[in-house]
Amino acid sequence: MAAEIDDIIVSERSRDVQRKTFIRADNIFKAVIGFFAFLVIVILVWLGIQLYESSQLAFASGGIWRFIKGSTWDPVTGVFGALPFIYGTLLTSFLSLLIATPLGVGTAVFLAELAPKWLKRGLQPLVELLAGIPSVIYGLWGIFVLSPLMANTVEPFLMDRFGFLPFFTGYPLGIGFLTASIILAIMIVPFIISVSTEILSTVPVPLTEGMYALGATRWETLKKIALPYAKSGIFGSIVLALARALGETMAVTMVIGNTPQISKSLFDPGYTMSAVIANEFTEAASANYLSALIAIAFILLLVTLVVNAVARWLIWRTTRMK
Amino acid sequence: MKGGGFSYWRRKTSNAFVTILFSSSVLIVLLPLILIVGYLFFKGASSVNLNFFIHRPAPVGEHGGGMGNAIIGSVYVVGLASLLGIPIGLLGGMFVGEFPHNKFSTLVRFVADVLNGTPSIVMGVFAYTVVVLPMKSFSVLAGGFALGVMMIPTILRTTDEILQTVPTSIREASLALGVPYWRTVLSVVLRSAKSGIITGILLAGARVLGETAPLLFTSFNNAFFSYSVTQPISTLPVQIFNYAISPYRDWHRQAWAGALILVLAILIVNFAVRVFSRQRFDQTV
Amino acid sequence: MSNSNDINSGIVAQDLKAFFGNIEVLKGISVSMQKKKVTALIGPSGCGKTTFLRTLNRMHELARNASIKGKVIVDGTDIYSPGIDPVLVRRKIGMVFQKPNPFPTMTIYENVVAGLKLTGRHSRKELDEVVERTLVQAALWDEVKDSLRKSGASLSGGQQQRLCIARTLAVNPEVILMDEPASALDPISTAKIEELIFQLKDTYTIVIVTHNMQQAARVSDFTAFFYLGELIEFNNTRSMFTRPQKKQTEDYITGRFG
Repeated sequence: MAAEIDDIIVSERSRDVQRKTFIRADNIFKAVIGFFAFLVIVILVWLGIQLYESSQLAFASGGIWRFIKGSTWDPVTGVFGALPFIYGTLLTSFLSLLIATPLGVGTAVFLAELAPKWLKRGLQPLVELLAGIPSVIYGLWGIFVLSPLMANTVEPFLMDRFGFLPFFTGYPLGIGFLTASIILAIMIVPFIISVSTEILSTVPVPLTEGMYALGATRWETLKKIALPYAKSGIFGSIVLALARALGETMAVTMVIGNTPQISKSLFDPGYTMSAVIANEFTEAASANYLSALIAIAFILLLVTLVVNAVARWLIWRTTRMK
Repeated sequence: MKGGGFSYWRRKTSNAFVTILFSSSVLIVLLPLILIVGYLFFKGASSVNLNFFIHRPAPVGEHGGGMGNAIIGSVYVVGLASLLGIPIGLLGGMFVGEFPHNKFSTLVRFVADVLNGTPSIVMGVFAYTVVVLPMKSFSVLAGGFALGVMMIPTILRTTDEILQTVPTSIREASLALGVPYWRTVLSVVLRSAKSGIITGILLAGARVLGETAPLLFTSFNNAFFSYSVTQPISTLPVQIFNYAISPYRDWHRQAWAGALILVLAILIVNFAVRVFSRQRFDQTV
Repeated sequence: MSNSNDINSGIVAQDLKAFFGNIEVLKGISVSMQKKKVTALIGPSGCGKTTFLRTLNRMHELARNASIKGKVIVDGTDIYSPGIDPVLVRRKIGMVFQKPNPFPTMTIYENVVAGLKLTGRHSRKELDEVVERTLVQAALWDEVKDSLRKSGASLSGGQQQRLCIARTLAVNPEVILMDEPASALDPISTAKIEELIFQLKDTYTIVIVTHNMQQAARVSDFTAFFYLGELIEFNNTRSMFTRPQKKQTEDYITGRFG
């Protein structure tokens, strides 16, 4: 009898030991995977600090604002002002949004609300493919197909009809702000489509049915119910696309003309922040030059960080409603 | 049930008009895709031959040559990137997916999304300052670092999402058998999420395979076949870029051929992923 | 067509079949429902009563893969005949859903006039008048008259459902379809809705789906019993609940299955 009780006590004890090792192993496991998750945060912080420190030389004379407001970029005399690039980035990004937003939202509405299931299933991979084509290939196509088309057909036409507007003047080169914006629009439209389609499909069915039951047409139901409900999420998808456009490099570099100037005409060549980094980084011989380029990368990082955060917040706000 | 005059006519018309408008926006969006893919085959296909795959670029003025070294270089750099991107993305994603509802996980998820949206050229500058400058040389290592960092958020977020779809009952069944938690995650949970995780890794790889900007001043370029981790190397996207902006017709031809190969490679990965994930759904349904 | 000429028949279904893909969920329903009366549709869940209700104002076809065969005749017109616009059908035949579904992006006021505003311009005065009239009809006016600018989602469940009824009344339908309108509500709200139905039947033809047999007995003039996609029995409510003709009906209303 006593031996049996001993046995039980012993086995209880060993099970206890076993449980403790389990708990210890589990905690180690949690700590290890938690550490790797933490690394992601470390990388972002490291990235920020690294770029900030490497751009100090560029901010040394007159600080960050002077750098941003400087409109002259002359590596030969060592004058570095980022304004022409900031102008080019903002202009091409917003112009591309102007083109991509109606097309993207329109396509999303078509996919989410109008298309029969088989068509939706066929079209969605194509939209993903559009997003998956590398930037450099858009650029290649831009140089050899889009740019001649712009120079020979589109830009002369625009000059002919709308030449009285200041942004349709100049010489139709086929490379410049307008061509870059069109390429950008093609590249960012899949982001607007895929996020907006997803957002639209979170609109609760009882709400749309309620509107249909009042005798509303499909468009009226969309306009009164689905679009207001999805508004902030769709806006988020547009902001997300803006972040992409701001940082997009290769395709823009290949068709914008790489001239640091602030011009009103959309036909004129320009430059963007990402393009100047891509083009001049390996040529930057002096420490000042290199630091100025890194400073541009730092500003680009800050801007996309803010824009991305806003986009995520907007999308999160809509999907949370459900 | 008769139509209600002008107001009804106006409503029907605007409904039809808007429907046409939305449908046509799809066509406008797909037009460039058709044009791009069409041109790739039209201009690229004729230059793709065996030489293209096994030769290095011919010097200016000489006819022929290929992108063999660039193809090897791309595989090399993406392979190295995977060594950095997969462990951090996978293990980090495991934490976020297994403990989804705490502040730390929410923060990690947010940071991953922000990192995912960071311009690739910025990643290149980052890799330049932390790898190229200390080593005083462009290298495969630097390119791999830049692309590796870019792979992390994609892998982390797909792992996260897939693990969250694994039913709690599977975890509980294993835990109830007395299997410790860490083994439950590593064997039971990961196994049922396996195909989803592989999908995420493949997609991340396909995405960075086409990246050019972060490689311009990290892995740089090389006219020769090179296998050293500490030396610059030629990659397919960078080679396409250099050829595209060159003034030589023969190089333009090669750029189109390279672009066709690159897009086909990415298409094949995407297609494989599609087949792969469909298989998985067939099994569960 | 003889039924449809009957002055009293509000809605006549003739051999109505409904499908989801290849699955037949209604297997040939023929029934005539009277004008300005309340008809209750009862039966165990999955029997097709809700589907039948949704075929009466062409809501069924909004679901993917859904299709219809047969006729539904309202005022001598088959609402499924070609050339009939479902938009106009739904305007004449309103619907109240199981779960209250006020539009969350609109105020109480906007909710009520949402359907009305679709057709042409209305003066402010006209709209105000409709809002007051229908909210009074829906027994909600006293509770919300001071907060018409608040979101419809800020109301309680019972109030939301009455708001949805007011919204339906505002477009001036002839028929109101109700899909278990009180199933998501507390007993007090349920009583209010039932009282409302009683008042509305002077003006409107009402078809109501309910899983609650006491409710059917309390509010309806006629009852239709559905089982496995078929109409088993249709009679006036009193006879149905006192002397059911079919064994299945008796089993169901005495609680022996379902």
